[in-house]
Amino acid sequence: MFNSLSDSLENTFKKLRGHGKISEKNISDALREVRLSLLEADVEFSIAKDFINKVKEKALGETVMKSIKPGEQIVKIFHDELTELLGGDQVPLDLNPPARILMVGLNGAGKTTTSAKLAMRLKKEGRRPLLIACDLYRPAAIEQLGTLGAQIDVPVYKPDASETNLVKVAKDALKWAEDQNGTVLIFDTAGRQEIDEKLIEELKDLHKFLDPKETLLVADAATGQQAVSVANHFDEAVGITGIVLTKLDGDARGGAALSMRGVTGKPIKYIGEGEKLENFSEFHPERMAGRILDMGDVVSMVEQV
Amino acid sequence: MSGFFKKLINKVRNKAEIDWDELEADLIAADLGAKLTMTIVDELQDLGRQITADDVSDTAKRHIAEILPEDKLDLRPREDGLPYVILMVGVNGTGKTTSTAKLSQHLKSQGHSVMVAAADTFRAAAVEQLEVWANRLEIPLVKGAPNADPSSVCYTAHQKAIAEGTQFLILDTAGRLHTRHNLMSELEKIERTVGKQDPSAPHLKMIVVDATTGGNALQQAREFNKAIALDGLVVTKLDGSGKGGIIVSIYQELGIAPKFIGLGEEAHQFKPFRKEEFVEDIM
Ligand SMILES: Nc1nc2c(ncn2[C@@H]2O[C@H](COP(=O)(O)OP(=O)(O)OP(=O)(O)O)[C@@H](O)[C@H]2O)c(=O)[nH]1
Ligand SMILES: Nc1nc2c(ncn2[C@@H]2O[C@H](COP(=O)(O)OP(=O)(O)OP(=O)(O)O)[C@@H](O)[C@H]2O)c(=O)[nH]1
Ligand SMILES: [Mg+2]
Ligand SMILES: [Mg+2]
Repeated sequence: MFNSLSDSLENTFKKLRGHGKISEKNISDALREVRLSLLEADVEFSIAKDFINKVKEKALGETVMKSIKPGEQIVKIFHDELTELLGGDQVPLDLNPPARILMVGLNGAGKTTTSAKLAMRLKKEGRRPLLIACDLYRPAAIEQLGTLGAQIDVPVYKPDASETNLVKVAKDALKWAEDQNGTVLIFDTAGRQEIDEKLIEELKDLHKFLDPKETLLVADAATGQQAVSVANHFDEAVGITGIVLTKLDGDARGGAALSMRGVTGKPIKYIGEGEKLENFSEFHPERMAGRILDMGDVVSMVEQV
Repeated sequence: MSGFFKKLINKVRNKAEIDWDELEADLIAADLGAKLTMTIVDELQDLGRQITADDVSDTAKRHIAEILPEDKLDLRPREDGLPYVILMVGVNGTGKTTSTAKLSQHLKSQGHSVMVAAADTFRAAAVEQLEVWANRLEIPLVKGAPNADPSSVCYTAHQKAIAEGTQFLILDTAGRLHTRHNLMSELEKIERTVGKQDPSAPHLKMIVVDATTGGNALQQAREFNKAIALDGLVVTKLDGSGKGGIIVSIYQELGIAPKFIGLGEEAHQFKPFRKEEFVEDIM
């Protein structure tokens, strides 16, 4: 197997340290290895390539070339660039009335669980969330949301299981919500593959009808090279406003985060770190950068420079 | 899937110089992993001549086909009349429950008797989910109370399947991340419990892997394999844009053979894994 990124960065260090002077050639060689490690962390190919080019450009700058410890400098550039790419402004959710949040994503990404997690969080912040089950396909999807809603004492709109018209469900749900004294409506939708035209059309219709302020793409942190296709397709179809990255309690390196952020420019707003509803928090670009780089030790080395 | 080859032809045709980076990108995009991709690219570069689209496609296919095993799926009822027990495991949301339903339908359609056990007593409405499937497909189901010990659900189901002479018993377990040690030992306990009434059970332990997953799927397979020595793999969601290339690395490193593929949310969108088809589709 390939080395982890931190191993390969350490090698980069050593190699570059060995050279009295840094040349474009030895930086390129070292960065090729680092690029492979990014790919192993599931960063999408073109994103990884652009990223390496950017780092290289900076690395060839005056200060690095003349510094006594060019290797460390490069890793620092690496880490800072990555943090910046993952970060940007942390825009809070737009919860101005009528506050509607639409949850979308691939099958099994974690939409239903995340809908409940978000409801719990909003409730703690003193808002009055309502959950609306808009998955008419998956067996017992409505019961799943119902059970989760009951656990956190949040009202759930449960359409009849035989209902097939999603826009009608949404219409009925809005009517129901009028009597519920809620302030934020969270719509959980069925999972779908981004290239399934029929199901994407259905989602577009729902989105058009609801005109939600927030449309969150829920994505599994272990997503591979298709992350760009997934994020792009959903964004084109319904204009996502943010991303929620789930299952970060595992050991996925989460390169998909970089790919999705990079290609859509949309912020990663929250992360899921467990099956329990409290395992949900705000996204921190710096931590994610460290995770993708898998380089705790390297970062602290850099900080000592 | 597909389309890759067409793209490739356009890229390779009429070009004095091939863009190796781009070629690498296309192979990586199938989640084949950096290692296998490098092997293929290196070999092409070593040809030392102008390469054609066929070169690329042939080389890639040959490498993948060399790694993957011949399909020799043969699920037959046991001759001693005891149930053939299949255990489905995997990380959260990959498609275990749906694949359990699909597999039961597949076996039933071959004339076998099948029973399913809803041993995910943890996730909200997991039992109801399998129950809806069982009713739809008219397959008997054994379930436990919410938060019941999954091992005891499996034990009861096994007992019932033995008593009724059911030929196949499929156990649907809760999703769990491979990094959670206590949940992995819960699986070991299920395995031990199922062995009590028939030391040869479970007979087929399959990990369910989502085709959209990248390199982490290899890590998943490693850890589940450590806990319960897997015999096979189901790759789901191949109807999406994920090509499931990671299963090549999984077989290469761990010898866990792909057995079935999932191609949609419906019961019939499921079939035995065919190496030839997979190799064609990935290109
Ligand atoms: N470990 C872990 N599991 C999670 C997390 N978020 C969700 N899950 C689990 O992932 C699985 C799928 O979650 P769901 O919420 O049902 O996913 P979904 O996107 O609604 O699925 P569909 O509606 O079928 O598309 C369940 O087992 C959840 O418990 C997380 O952050 N960590
Ligand atoms: N498009 C597609 N969706 C699938 C396929 N297999 C399963 N799914 C969907 O993926 C989602 C998760 O499937 P489940 O069967 O609930 O997954 P699971 O592994 O049992 O999930 P947990 O028990 O929560 O860990 C559901 O929306 C399924 O309909 C497939 O082959 N293609
Ligand atoms: Mg759901
Ligand atoms: Mg399940």
